[in-house]
Amino acid sequence: MTADRQIASAARRILAVVVAVLAALTASAAMLAAPAAASTTDVATECTPDGTTACVSPIVLDENNEPLPGIDVTITGPGFEEVVTSTDGPVSVEVPEVGRYTLTLDPATVPDGMQPDAPEQQVTAQLGSTARGAFSITPGSAPAETGSATEPSETAGDADAEDEAEASGIGADGSTENVSGWPAFSQVWQQFGSGIRFGLLLALASVGLSLIYGTTGISTFSHGEQVTLGALLGFVSINWWGLPVWAAVLVTIVVCAGTGWFQDVVLWGPLRRRGTPVMQLMIVTIGLSMALQYLIQMVIGGRSQRVLSSNARSVEIAGITLSAASWLSMLVALAVIGVIAWFLTQTRIGRATRAVSDNPALAAATGINPDRIVRIVWTVSTGLAGLSGMLLAISFGSFTWTLGMILLLLMFAAVTLGGMGTAFGALAGSIVIGLVVEMSTLIPGMPSSLRYASGLLILILVLLFRPQGLLGRAVRVG
Amino acid sequence: MDELSRILILALGQLIAPATAAYALAAIGLNLHFGYTGLLNIGQAGFMLMGAYGFAIATIEGAPFWLAFLVAAAAGALLALVLGIPTLKLRGDYLAIVTISAAEIIRFAGRSTLWAEYTGGASGLAGSSYKGTFQDLSPLPDGRTAIGPLEYIHNGSDSWWTRIFAWGVVLVAVLLVWLITRSPWGRVLKGIREDEDAVRALGKNVFSYKMQALILGGIAGSLAGMLFVLPISVAPDNMGRTLTFFVWTVMLLGGAATLFGPVLGSMLFFFVYMLLRTGMRAGLSEIMPAQNVEHLAGLMVGVALMCIVIFRPQGILGNKKELAFDVR
Repeated sequence: MTADRQIASAARRILAVVVAVLAALTASAAMLAAPAAASTTDVATECTPDGTTACVSPIVLDENNEPLPGIDVTITGPGFEEVVTSTDGPVSVEVPEVGRYTLTLDPATVPDGMQPDAPEQQVTAQLGSTARGAFSITPGSAPAETGSATEPSETAGDADAEDEAEASGIGADGSTENVSGWPAFSQVWQQFGSGIRFGLLLALASVGLSLIYGTTGISTFSHGEQVTLGALLGFVSINWWGLPVWAAVLVTIVVCAGTGWFQDVVLWGPLRRRGTPVMQLMIVTIGLSMALQYLIQMVIGGRSQRVLSSNARSVEIAGITLSAASWLSMLVALAVIGVIAWFLTQTRIGRATRAVSDNPALAAATGINPDRIVRIVWTVSTGLAGLSGMLLAISFGSFTWTLGMILLLLMFAAVTLGGMGTAFGALAGSIVIGLVVEMSTLIPGMPSSLRYASGLLILILVLLFRPQGLLGRAVRVG
Repeated sequence: MDELSRILILALGQLIAPATAAYALAAIGLNLHFGYTGLLNIGQAGFMLMGAYGFAIATIEGAPFWLAFLVAAAAGALLALVLGIPTLKLRGDYLAIVTISAAEIIRFAGRSTLWAEYTGGASGLAGSSYKGTFQDLSPLPDGRTAIGPLEYIHNGSDSWWTRIFAWGVVLVAVLLVWLITRSPWGRVLKGIREDEDAVRALGKNVFSYKMQALILGGIAGSLAGMLFVLPISVAPDNMGRTLTFFVWTVMLLGGAATLFGPVLGSMLFFFVYMLLRTGMRAGLSEIMPAQNVEHLAGLMVGVALMCIVIFRPQGILGNKKELAFDVR
């Protein structure tokens, strides 16, 4: 009888997963429809910048500022030389390392009676952005008289990258302005890899959010800032204190866990004993989030910061190219998630945590001290959030103070998708969200700053059709 | 001494500033959501942004002032509808999660390049492009008037006309809230806040009442967004999460579920906030740069919000018994 019910419930869960995947797919399709129709500039790009890739793009324009095809441009830089032929749209190439590159126009390919404004342009390639160098070719014989007209192109490109970076909060990862038509399989596969990376790192943070929700009932809005705090500590301990990376990771985890423990001692613990209602506690987390956000700004300012100052070395595994640091981060995340799973299922405290999460009163009646469990949960959760923040900042190259703000939305989406309060649901939800967010950049004409909107879309769809989440139990509400 | 009076005059000016009125109106809307109905809306900035874009884009497309005003209100109502349908049947914190996410997504959408033709992208819309119809409405003759130490021009961006209009809207909103909350409809709202199931047992359609409250508060929020951008420009990055949190602080400071709480809260908050910032900038100029002073002031607002909620959740004017403060 019970076995039957278990099978039935397992079947329901599988069904739910299938439904969710379908929903995600239709969602992407729906998002696809509008921008595809709207995109008039059909851009051909061979290089998609991300946290590990730098691109250089020569732009050749005629007197009407229209792209001029068929012009050869030689890109030279440190240990790199490649000839690119301009097309109707922008072309770009991946360059092996950041630094200054020179774009030289081949005068033989310029049509007769036309003159380039300058024979060569200098650009600075950076990870996660496309450095653009523009040539303007005009009829006539007087060269280089309109030097100022082409000058802004590179800085404009950089400014775009800055804007996008600030919007995404995740450093230089955000400047992919998408691409032509349907993406190639290799591109999809690459984004799949990025999605898994993002999902795993997001999972570290959302598992904590889910545990806190499960044991205390609080949807904590300060969890995003806890993630930023981790990135900040990573930055400070490596760049200011000169610690090696492994030590910086340990320092980050310990200090961030310490903040959680401290918060529980001075704030949440006393409020619990006073019997403060949950809604009031949630508003307290809003205040805490605001205070932490300004504190972080005081330390690192408004600019984006790099955790590792050295350039990322990219490693290709199974056709997916990510930086070595990213692969390592994924390994660390996997190991930590494994430890959490072991902790929650195999240890006494872990089982007690799940018991409190299910029913605090019943757990207390069986001799568990919920207060102690909640303190452990706050400590572990903030430690995990810190680790997640540091690894994200390393994997994506750089971060700003807005990092956590954006991640908070995605964490909520992941936790809701997986089922509020279930740790494993948060893991599954995070992977799905990571995949959707990274894959949505493949949609033609989709600005990367809007990829986080897919998180919200999933959130709303889940609430409409399966509010208890993939792995949650249906609870009658209202 | 000069320095002191300058700081005081600046702070006094905040009492009647158009931005203070905008915050007051946004807090009135939030008060309808949270104070009267118990809905946890943590995305009031999203409603404000909808109103700001609605008004500015409608005006730029050639709509007369009152039509643009209606467009702003409709934009807020629409957002409330879209966010309310999936969440209002669920536990309270889902609304919180969805609203905080939606507010950020609207900001991203506004600053993305996709609709930059209408929204101006990250740089937003310049004030001069949509202020014309509003300033033409002014009945005041050109000139300047000083009342006490406060002196402003009659017409223009930072003018008496902007102030009169903004506070006029706030006054009308206060009047409307007074009328609807003392009606039977308003008592149902308070009933939902206290005990949703009891109200449902009385045969009321709780979902519909919550939706109406969300829409009304959303309209107040979007009109507040319009007031917010009238004297300045539409800049999506000025209307992010911090704006929402300030509105919450304003509402809780004055007192949730009170008629004049949001107005008092807004005036007091900005008076103190300006005193704090200018005072610290003058006093700490040798220790820290001006930018850090802003951050320090923001940090203090965050701590103040926490303290208000912990030690005096009913705010200045509120009645502790009336505010049950629990997730529904």
